Amino acid sequence: MSFTTPEIAWAPLAPVIIVLGAAAVAILIESFVRAAQTRRRVQLGVSVVALLAAAGTAIVQWATLEGAGTIVLDGMLTVDRQSLAWQVLIVVFGTLGMLLFAARTRAGEEAFTPLGSVAPGSTEETLARRKGMQVTEVFPLALFAVGGMMLFTSVTDLIFLFVALEVFSLPLYILVALARRRRFLSHEGALKYFLLGAFSSAILLFGAAFLYGATGSTSYTEIAQGVASVSGVDALVLAGAVMVVVGLLFKIGAVPFHSWTPDAYQGAPTPVTAFMAAATKAAATAALLRVVYEAFYGLEWELSWLIWGVSIASMLLGTVVALVQTELKRMLAYSSVAHAGFILVAFAGFPDGALSALPFYLASYGLATLGAFAVITQVREKAEDGTVMGEATRLGQWAGLGKRSPWLAAAMALFLLSFAGIPLTAGFVGKFVAFAAAISAGAWPLVLIAVIASAAAAFFYVRLIVLMFLTDVPEGQEDAVEIDHSPLARVVVVIAAAAVVLLGVVPGPVLAAFENAGVLLLGAAG
Amino acid sequence: MFPILSVMVALPALGAVLLWALPGGARARVRELALAITGVELVLAVVLFLQFDTSAAGTIQFSETYAWIPQIGTSWALGVNGIGLLMIVLSALLTPLAILAGWWEDKDPARRTHYLALILLSEAFMVGIFAARDVFLFYVLFEAMLIPLYFLIGSFGGGQRRYAAVKFLLYSLAGGLVMLVGVVALYFQGPGGEQAFLTDNLTDLDMSTTAERLIFLAFFLAFAIKAPMVPVHTWLPTVAETARPGTTALLVAVLDKIGTFGMLTLCVALFPDAAAWAAPVIIGFAVISVIYGALLAIGQKDMLRLVAFTSVSHFGIMVLGIFAFTQTSVEGAAFYMFNHGLSTGALFFAVGFLIHRYGTADVTAYGGLQRIVPVFAGTFLIVGLSALALPGLSPFVSEIMVLVGAFSVAKVAVIVSAIGVVLAALYVLLTYQKVFTGPAPERRKPVLELTRRERVVLWPLIALMLVLGFLPGIAIDTLREPSSDIVATVPTEEAGQ
Repeated sequence: MSFTTPEIAWAPLAPVIIVLGAAAVAILIESFVRAAQTRRRVQLGVSVVALLAAAGTAIVQWATLEGAGTIVLDGMLTVDRQSLAWQVLIVVFGTLGMLLFAARTRAGEEAFTPLGSVAPGSTEETLARRKGMQVTEVFPLALFAVGGMMLFTSVTDLIFLFVALEVFSLPLYILVALARRRRFLSHEGALKYFLLGAFSSAILLFGAAFLYGATGSTSYTEIAQGVASVSGVDALVLAGAVMVVVGLLFKIGAVPFHSWTPDAYQGAPTPVTAFMAAATKAAATAALLRVVYEAFYGLEWELSWLIWGVSIASMLLGTVVALVQTELKRMLAYSSVAHAGFILVAFAGFPDGALSALPFYLASYGLATLGAFAVITQVREKAEDGTVMGEATRLGQWAGLGKRSPWLAAAMALFLLSFAGIPLTAGFVGKFVAFAAAISAGAWPLVLIAVIASAAAAFFYVRLIVLMFLTDVPEGQEDAVEIDHSPLARVVVVIAAAAVVLLGVVPGPVLAAFENAGVLLLGAAG
Repeated sequence: MFPILSVMVALPALGAVLLWALPGGARARVRELALAITGVELVLAVVLFLQFDTSAAGTIQFSETYAWIPQIGTSWALGVNGIGLLMIVLSALLTPLAILAGWWEDKDPARRTHYLALILLSEAFMVGIFAARDVFLFYVLFEAMLIPLYFLIGSFGGGQRRYAAVKFLLYSLAGGLVMLVGVVALYFQGPGGEQAFLTDNLTDLDMSTTAERLIFLAFFLAFAIKAPMVPVHTWLPTVAETARPGTTALLVAVLDKIGTFGMLTLCVALFPDAAAWAAPVIIGFAVISVIYGALLAIGQKDMLRLVAFTSVSHFGIMVLGIFAFTQTSVEGAAFYMFNHGLSTGALFFAVGFLIHRYGTADVTAYGGLQRIVPVFAGTFLIVGLSALALPGLSPFVSEIMVLVGAFSVAKVAVIVSAIGVVLAALYVLLTYQKVFTGPAPERRKPVLELTRRERVVLWPLIALMLVLGFLPGIAIDTLREPSSDIVATVPTEEAGQ
């Protein structure tokens, strides 16, 4: 076998190159800019500029794309409207996430530990804190994660699928471990996420090996041809396909591959939770869409059982368990599991509606998630001596928030209503297009269950609204909670709230854009 | 053409935003401002009524259509026929009265502003729903309306208001989500395209019998919860008991009419065959509602719960009229929707005035008021008599139309329902007796006679009921054509028992 260097079309990769290039620059900044405060500002500036530039480039490419798309790197990657739409989405989530990363409390405290490498509670940690050290490595790490996710959306080869998966997963594992407070919880979450993540990566790789064995290729197009040429069901192909899909369902956080979500969501620094919840789900959904309908198109019927089962289990378990949570971040984690189920409902609607319904659903879900976690970063516990402590994430502590800060509570209520799918919010339009896609493909039993789950899920979203607006601050607790308005976090809340309302009231242009992107270049259906 | 309906939706909505945006200092006159906004709305409603061409009451007038989300086939499409027209007039009439009736509530300007803004927002949704000509738009407004209502119930009122608000929300959401499945399914039965959800494009669809029946049921469930029918009525007494009388008056007098309005203009008009198929069972539930609501009303000590149960009974009569599918009964039901708004609205306002004086809704705490406040007693009696459909007042006309109209097709149902009408006399007169006659209980302070503001609230409603009681033609002329259009779509030989 002789090796020929493939022709690489660099231009279509420009958005990804910008982000990964900025990540490399950011590492140099780590080494050469000494003062922590300056470094943080420079890092934020570089990250946001790079992400906006990437978004701009992707949008220009989207508008000027000729034909259905471009095949890059000998078929390893495919840049088409679908992948560009997802990339814009991920970059938007990344930008909002970065703003949250940089947000600080009034006392000048970041969300991240001053020094990741020291043991929690050690004298070194105290020293690092006193010296005002900061782990600004979070910015390059997050940029690498964004770059990996962007690649993930246009992958059309199993090897590259694995590479992109690792590129965005490894930085996330580190980011989860870097919380400033409750560091043991953060470490626990990161370790669980890492171990289970490594396990799922292995499963995915194993599946890829099976598929290579059965079809002699790792390229989606050739696997699709291989699948089509086999009469009946080849056990090797089916096993491989199921394992690849399972690896991706893990990243989406669907039952029974969800067990890392509550711990990772709770333990991670809240800005990381926000970014991870929004962007990882989007990237994994995009990749799943591609692999199922480009490589496994012939196995659609067999895989639909898996998708249906996982979808139903996610909706029911996520909803039921979220009902009994008393910790806010865990509640949102289980709510994200339920949403993974709703995402898979739209999946059942392929090919008629899913291609435009899914990006819209993820956009509505991701924006509301970023907004909700941005609100959480601002609600703080207060010690008796008046110092502001960590986030107040016990549900009871949110009682009477509407009186403490009406606008913040109103924004949170808006995000919760969007999660619940109440009309005039983005969440409703998202649910509508998802359900419509599923019904058009005849998956109405799935939609029926989704509706029941939505009704039950509304209960725990409403419970928090009741707490915020209709419950009084408990006696003697008047000073236990403090609203710490950080300007950057506030910007994120305002942008997310405006987007949730806009996408709810005039979703037309965005829907049209996604509909325009509703073709897969290599899709057996397209 | 001047988009009067869009303006009527936008005016209260913008008014609500304006109220919220007012700086703290400017909130002293917030009640007057809210009253002025609803007053302008009422003027617009009167203009709408006068401009309406009664000779073509069956056709949609003041029609406006703009593309909204063409990707999923929805339009901002408004327009009214005679039925929608009357419901909009009712909404515009009762909202300012509700604001006047609750004039004394809330000393805190911020809270007052919040309450009034929510009332204005609800009005915008009501007008929008009664004017919607697009099923998706109707649904969106129908569901979004829950949010202001939820806060109206949950933030203002007494006792178990939080429980009541959550109960209301969960009942409505459950119905709404089932309806959502119906809405989506209907889309795929329809012609599709950029105006797929226009009501005009969804009538006379060629559906399979099963699909039509299932979608009909999905819609009907949501509407049955809204127009509280036994057995999904239990949220209403809880809400009535805890919410402010003004809120409840709007809720029962106008908002719950969305239920019967939806049955009439969506359920029956879009799915006539399924409606005919389900009619016998629905009429059965309607009759149960009539009797059960009346019986429970007799047993209530809390006057707000009592009025709530009388409404369950009256909604039963409306549903009976709708699903009997005769010209007279449907016309009567539509007319009753309007009259019941006047009568129940007045009743809730009057009970609210009593509660303001005594601080309790418990009927046993009252007595002998007749001699102390004769004008109040007289007014209350007339309002009460309108609820039992005394001849001369407009509810009588509509009730008799329903019963006579339905008799030819559902004799047993009508005879049983007539018992409910007799029971109405019992609960109204017993309540009057307990509150206004007999010896007065020991009082701590003198009881106020009906104030001028309270007269402004109640007397126009009574006057309107008297006028329509003697000249019902004013309203019925606008209902005749739309009713006959609806009746014409239903295959009659299957209807009734």
